[in-house]
Amino acid sequence: MRKGIIFKGKLLPLILMLPQLAITGIFFFWPAGQAIWSSLLREDAFGLNRDFVGLENFAEVLADPTWREAAQNTAVFALSVAVLALSAALLLAVQADKAIRGSGLYKTLLIWPYAVAPAIAAVLWLFLFHPQIGLIGRALNAAQIAWDYRLNGGQAMLLVIIASAWKQVSYNFIFFLAGLQSIPRAVLEAASIDGARPVRRFWTIIFPLLSPTSFFLLTVNLVYAFFDTFGVIHALTQGGPAKATETLIYKVYVDGVENLNLGASAAQSVILMIIVIAMTAVQFRFIERKVHY
Amino acid sequence: MAGALVKERGAAADPALRASRARQRRDRWMTHGILLLGVIIFALPIWITLVGSTHDVNTIGRGEVPLWFGGHAVENYVAAWSRGGEAVRNTRAVPAGIMLWNSLVMATLIATGKIIISLLSAYAVVFFSFPGRMAFFWMIFITLMLPVEVRIIPTFQVMVDLHLTDTMAGLVIPVVASATATLLFRQFFLTIPDEYAEAAKIDGAGPLRFFWDVVLPLSRTNIAALFVILFIYGWNQYLWPLLIITDTGLETIVVGLSKMIGRGDAQNEWNAIMATAILALLPPVAVVVLMQRWFVKGLTETEK
Repeated sequence: MRKGIIFKGKLLPLILMLPQLAITGIFFFWPAGQAIWSSLLREDAFGLNRDFVGLENFAEVLADPTWREAAQNTAVFALSVAVLALSAALLLAVQADKAIRGSGLYKTLLIWPYAVAPAIAAVLWLFLFHPQIGLIGRALNAAQIAWDYRLNGGQAMLLVIIASAWKQVSYNFIFFLAGLQSIPRAVLEAASIDGARPVRRFWTIIFPLLSPTSFFLLTVNLVYAFFDTFGVIHALTQGGPAKATETLIYKVYVDGVENLNLGASAAQSVILMIIVIAMTAVQFRFIERKVHY
Repeated sequence: MAGALVKERGAAADPALRASRARQRRDRWMTHGILLLGVIIFALPIWITLVGSTHDVNTIGRGEVPLWFGGHAVENYVAAWSRGGEAVRNTRAVPAGIMLWNSLVMATLIATGKIIISLLSAYAVVFFSFPGRMAFFWMIFITLMLPVEVRIIPTFQVMVDLHLTDTMAGLVIPVVASATATLLFRQFFLTIPDEYAEAAKIDGAGPLRFFWDVVLPLSRTNIAALFVILFIYGWNQYLWPLLIITDTGLETIVVGLSKMIGRGDAQNEWNAIMATAILALLPPVAVVVLMQRWFVKGLTETEK
């Protein structure tokens, strides 16, 4: 283990850090500062002056019914994706952990969707659920269930949830499997000798021992559903129909990039920044605890 | 022989044991059943896409979803690769060959850039004492909390001011800072014993020499594991290329594919789109499957 700093010199380390510091300064801190600053300003009608308005932009965003709707969509979407992706992954990991023939092959066949981009996952599920060309979409319509995710908001939400969760299962699976494999076999054997049935063994021993992993994965999945699923929504529904799948991130994009409403977009950005900071803080507090665990 | 016979007869005679054997067998079938179901659910969309990419456009457009390969594989892939589909139907089509090349260059540069930049900063933080060391370290760490999504407009403004929109440099440079990679290398460097560096100093090696001859070779497996993860991260970029690229010559395949679909009209040239989808997901999936061990290592270690 290392104890001390080894090399002397002040200029060389600064030169080594320069590329990273320059990039974070120019492309992270400067724009973030700009976002915070412009969230406190408002342009007049002619776009000539910008007045300091304090927290007015925030009050406006929080009172805006379309923003509230987007917040609600985000909550439904993120929780559904996390619950679906976590429970499917746990079920599969528990099965793959059992010493059975072919478990190595199963693992390979279950982890590859990690590599598929969210937008491509969306496209693949579109091929299944498209009302005219999709296998499942056509079958549903043939069974007299009116299915068209381009017209029905609930169906659109369901489809973006499935596509987003599908991609995330692999990630969770890898971590659950690693968690399961770190449980000492002796503990499981003792329980088994005591006559505990597999289902009981799972809920009383395995599940509690996995809880640090599960909690860690929950935060990671929520962050994923919040920020990394932009591609799914953009490729599949563009936030529609009638804003039914518009999440907070998608709304920032639409307001800022497509509608060029800069003040509102900046205030929304700052609110999202606060959400990320809170989530990251939770994630790292947990990791700190796991070290002691 | 006789012992085995007795044992077998004993087993047969014991109904409790027989029941437990039967239960074990049933459990094993359940296990296989659940795993197979998972594999099928994972593979089904890919299968439909792969099969669809070998049929002509009218078969898919009519909604006859094929479950087995058709005879148009070669022409579909050639059309997608060199023309982005049949030019008659789509005037803005970008050949998949060009998009794949752009994605490959972007992903490789992002992964390599992130690794080099993070190795250097982690080395500086761990092996040197200089004013502002911890402040700089925290500065890098905080970038974790500032994803592109929360600073879209001002970052775009910076890109415009620096004339980086519609350039490969613009796709790569703003995303090559990496807090996770820096943290990982820092963590690893802290496990290199002091004695190595002391010995190097006695041999007259300076800090750069020590980095090149000792630290870098020791970091090889970490670099490989991280490269796999970062390559996939780079390949799958979406919002950033969507924002700053309007030049079709720089279109990347993930964004290009989503643009081909538009609003999902039935008249789309679905066979070419399916072929492009397969081409778009093949490289990163191949990386994960072929480098599975490094991939799992990279994934579980960057998150700790």
